[in-house]
Amino acid sequence: MRAFSQLLDGLVYTRSRNGKLNLIASYMRTAPDPDRGWALAALTGNLDLKAVKASAIAEMARARVDPILFEMSRDYVGDLAETVALLWPKPEDQPPEMDDGALTLSAIVERLHATSRASAPATLARMMDHLDASGRFALLKLATGGLRVGISARLAKTGFAQAFGLDVDDVEECWHALAPPYAALFDWAEGRAERPDPAGTPFCRPFMLAHPLEVESVDLTDYAAEWKWDGIRIQIVGTGRETRLYSRAGDDITGSFPEIAEAFTTHAVLDGELLVKGEFQGGEAASFNALQQRLGRKAVTAKMMNDYPAFVRLYDILLHGDEDLRLLPWVERRAALETVVSALDPDRFDISALIEAPDFETLADIRAGARDAAIEGVMLKRRDSPYVGGRKAALWYKWKRDPLTADCVMMYAQRGHGKRSSFYSDYTFGCWTEEGELLPVGKAYSGFTDEELKWLDRFVRTNTVNRFGPVREVEKSLVLEVAFDSIHDSKRHKSGLAMRFPRIARIRRDKPAGEADTVEGLRRLCT
Amino acid sequence: MKALAEPKHSNHLVNSTMAHWIEPHPTGIYVRPADAWIDPSTPRERALVTHGHTDHARGGHGHVWATQETLAIMALRYGTASGTAVPYGEEIRMNGVTIRYVPAGHVLGSAQIVLSHAGERVVITGDYKRRPDPTCKAFEPVPCDIFVTEATFGLPVFRHPDTGSEVDRLLTALHANPDRCVLVGAYALGKAQRLICELRGRGHKDPIHIHGALERMCALYEQFGVELGDLRPATGLPAKDMRGRIVVAPPSALNDRWSRRLPDPITAMASGWMRVRQRARQRNIELPLVISDHADWDELTDTIREVAPHETWITHGREEALLHWCMTHQMRARALALVGREDEEEG
Repeated sequence: MRAFSQLLDGLVYTRSRNGKLNLIASYMRTAPDPDRGWALAALTGNLDLKAVKASAIAEMARARVDPILFEMSRDYVGDLAETVALLWPKPEDQPPEMDDGALTLSAIVERLHATSRASAPATLARMMDHLDASGRFALLKLATGGLRVGISARLAKTGFAQAFGLDVDDVEECWHALAPPYAALFDWAEGRAERPDPAGTPFCRPFMLAHPLEVESVDLTDYAAEWKWDGIRIQIVGTGRETRLYSRAGDDITGSFPEIAEAFTTHAVLDGELLVKGEFQGGEAASFNALQQRLGRKAVTAKMMNDYPAFVRLYDILLHGDEDLRLLPWVERRAALETVVSALDPDRFDISALIEAPDFETLADIRAGARDAAIEGVMLKRRDSPYVGGRKAALWYKWKRDPLTADCVMMYAQRGHGKRSSFYSDYTFGCWTEEGELLPVGKAYSGFTDEELKWLDRFVRTNTVNRFGPVREVEKSLVLEVAFDSIHDSKRHKSGLAMRFPRIARIRRDKPAGEADTVEGLRRLCT
Repeated sequence: MKALAEPKHSNHLVNSTMAHWIEPHPTGIYVRPADAWIDPSTPRERALVTHGHTDHARGGHGHVWATQETLAIMALRYGTASGTAVPYGEEIRMNGVTIRYVPAGHVLGSAQIVLSHAGERVVITGDYKRRPDPTCKAFEPVPCDIFVTEATFGLPVFRHPDTGSEVDRLLTALHANPDRCVLVGAYALGKAQRLICELRGRGHKDPIHIHGALERMCALYEQFGVELGDLRPATGLPAKDMRGRIVVAPPSALNDRWSRRLPDPITAMASGWMRVRQRARQRNIELPLVISDHADWDELTDTIREVAPHETWITHGREEALLHWCMTHQMRARALALVGREDEEEG
């Protein structure tokens, strides 16, 4: 267990992606079987244990330590699992603060599998006695079913692939032919067996991505135009018997949107945008904000599905039945897609309409006029393009809607992470209320050049008026022109507004802070 | 002994039945017959100082009684002032109060102040720890009637691991990343020198680079016979020559501009606070080292049991929890709520 708990600690504290990949790769190379397989399952969110409830853990702790000291500790630490992991008193005969090596990760997984809800606290307590604080934390996180170490399933698989010099897409392709602890996968990775055959299982294929449009114009006889929708890009993988939904990161999000998976019984692989229906424009797509209500939830209530009904706007088809269409030109795939969509439930699936424009200028006008909440811009796809994973030059372009901008005043600054940890690079900015107060309206940490960052960092240091832990409050004198894709109502922020993709467009040293925009003015830009 | 029959939410500052000659005030503890203050946070004519950390040793007092090490540390900070050096173990008398300074094991020169008067003995610990520290004398438990203790880490979540294993984690990270350096945040007085000593004790002979803010304090430690080995400035060398080196800096300097010159540093911090993940993450620490100069929960409770006082007074820290523990163990206790104690950087 020690190797695994050390890995989790490392992942929590390491900021850089490469650092995390190295940690995972090194663990995968050195940990014994089947521990490393269970670890891979845990990291990719595929370890399906009967989740122990938080209340059972609290109950277990209260049985061992004074309940008042426990509550005081929990208030101080915040996280329940961490509190219990830290204060767990070992029995007198156990070595203090040491992992005695009695428990392997696989032994722990076995016992958690075998336990019932009623016996869980006692089973956990017995295991806690053999572990150190890191091990206890890892155990409690495993038992409650959420590691929360800040990595995606894709990153875990990439780390695994890196360990054995494999291509992560090859790993991804066979992933769903496998089950934890993945003996067949390790056999292949270490050259003892052929790659597991994914046929008949619903696995995720690499997504085709677009380049930002940088050329002046394209010839619309070569390129088709369609709207770029502001939802989550997903892949629907149906085998006829089973359907799964994958996000671009390769995460299986079927559980968050069960109504979509249930409505799809076709044997095909489709590419589309997951959206939530809005009340606007005759039941069309709502803003990304509405979709966010549905993201990241493991269990979905009927009310959620009713309040935020999801549907998929389809872009492309990769496989139809067993036939791989990916090398066909886009026009042919589009025709196949239209046929498939016509047989699907229109409440759950529609096709992303093409934009009819005789020439590029007309298209530009149409794009400029679009202010639908769910439109992010225009996609341009070469009519003869095959469907290839990754970003391939000149096949697909994304032509985002021109951003909105507002002049805001810098209010607070915080240091960045990694290479930027010595720079104040995260800025909170505000706009004026009618009462003449500044109210924070957003936070941005990109958009500026390295030179501008140095200047901003100096500005923060020389204009600090207050410090709150890592945050510095600055003199409210610097105007930042902030660009953002859209702005929405939000209950989470005091200003009632939430910007999407805010970034610093320009530093307006010329503009007095008093002339920055107002909260009311921003509200008028809401979609 | 009688249990403190106070309901949980009442004011814990119950009136003591003992040692009326000792008066806790928010700005320090006043010893009336000696007309002297212990660790006063405002300038006083006569001050008895436990150790050199700024939340205990302030400048501007008329006359200071402290160990010679503490006086030297105060002179470094505030300039030379009128002071009397009190050797460990020796008794001094002030108008019927007998005063003895006993090692507290916290930092160089740190002392518990043992006061005897009117047939009662009071021990004021200042800050203390029970673990071995190569830079200072070990804590000596003194049985007493009133034990005035700190409670910086007075919650059962704080259990410091073995120091050697924490130092080994630092060395492992250093050797596993030959292209990087390890930048360790350590409090300038005490922690920095202890960490350097512990590294030397684990066989690390390479030069250790120190931030400018540590230079004078390290030199002072060496004057008092604490050997720190080959110390060099943290700046001046090109980044490539700093690879594989350990750099020690005050915590406040960890993420600051000067560290941009270092080769992709692994940011570490040596502090008892590092036991809590969020604390480490908030400060962008990659390598948290739980090395503390304060007693952890077990040391606090074991020490109270060991000196077996009639009453325990708690000066600062997580006093609520320690108070609760005393109550549930049938011990009289009160919280003093002294102001200005506990420097967040120090731990």
